Amino acid sequence: MTMRLYVWQRATAALMVPLVLVHIAVIFYATQKGMTAADILSRTHGSIMWASYYGLFVAAASIHAAIGVRNVLTEWSPLTGLHAGRLALMFGLLLAALGARAVLAVVL
Amino acid sequence: MLAELSVSLWRGAKDGRYETYCVPRRESQTVLDVVTFVQRHIDPTLSYRFACRVGVCGSCAMTVNGKPRWTCRTHVAKVAGSGRLEIGPLENLPVIKDLTTDMQPFFEKWQQAQGVFAPTKTRHEEIEQIRPDNPARRLADAAIECINCGVCYAACDTVRWNQDYFGPAALTRAWTLVNDERDAGGSARLQAVAGSGGCHSCHSHQSCQELCPQALNPTAAIAGLKRRTTAAYLKGEIKA
Repeated sequence: MTMRLYVWQRATAALMVPLVLVHIAVIFYATQKGMTAADILSRTHGSIMWASYYGLFVAAASIHAAIGVRNVLTEWSPLTGLHAGRLALMFGLLLAALGARAVLAVVL
Repeated sequence: MLAELSVSLWRGAKDGRYETYCVPRRESQTVLDVVTFVQRHIDPTLSYRFACRVGVCGSCAMTVNGKPRWTCRTHVAKVAGSGRLEIGPLENLPVIKDLTTDMQPFFEKWQQAQGVFAPTKTRHEEIEQIRPDNPARRLADAAIECINCGVCYAACDTVRWNQDYFGPAALTRAWTLVNDERDAGGSARLQAVAGSGGCHSCHSHQSCQELCPQALNPTAAIAGLKRRTTAAYLKGEIKA
């Protein structure tokens, strides 16, 4: 792994620590309160705060996972760094697209 | 104690195979004693490497029952409770013949990690005084006893998966020099170990630490390099 990828992967991991904790806390809150999907969507629709929060989460997870997948491919497959990097980039973009779709679905 | 040991030894080069020999069991017998017995009394064509026989030179490392060890300091009683021994060449290195590996890639990576001391003074200048309790000197001292036996390199999963990875010994040597106040390698060495194959490839599996016969901790040294190179990168002292 290069220095730049290492820093990006660690930085996104550090960023996701509080994001995951808040995400889990929100899940507990919603289930404990017995909130329905309609209740949750009524709070998230039009919310810039939730859009930013989960948008950041999706971006961090996509970058973090793509770098990890690149490492797995370079070490455990015959792919070279360049090809593994391209495949991992596509994987990261796929995650980002799926994540963005989910975020937009709950905030729009 | 059993009267005899059943010993499987790797014979041939990469495409070789294990052959089994019967060796008399002796009191306080080391694995190196077993290999030497086979070479002197059963098959003189057996190739293996050793020198000091007392854990100083680091040349007799082999794979013993699946783990890399110094054969001279490994008692048979410790590793062959069932009376069976399997001895092969070190993993992750090209096999020359039988139990002898080519150490060239190991030492080339030592060079790539800039493991050579870069002096800041000539012999005509006064010797610099370094306090033994200086924190940087303590970090340098922690790994100074590495004798480059290759056990950590053979034990490393990352070396197995990534042919470019420098390995624990080379990076530990770099960490020693990074902490040596007399060394002038500085950011050039950090740049070397921050690149592809450098410290950031380590997965911290800690096999090197577990199996180092000198009880050194290469994983901690590599973690130190990760911190130091990251700080240097963020300050713009080294490039990505």
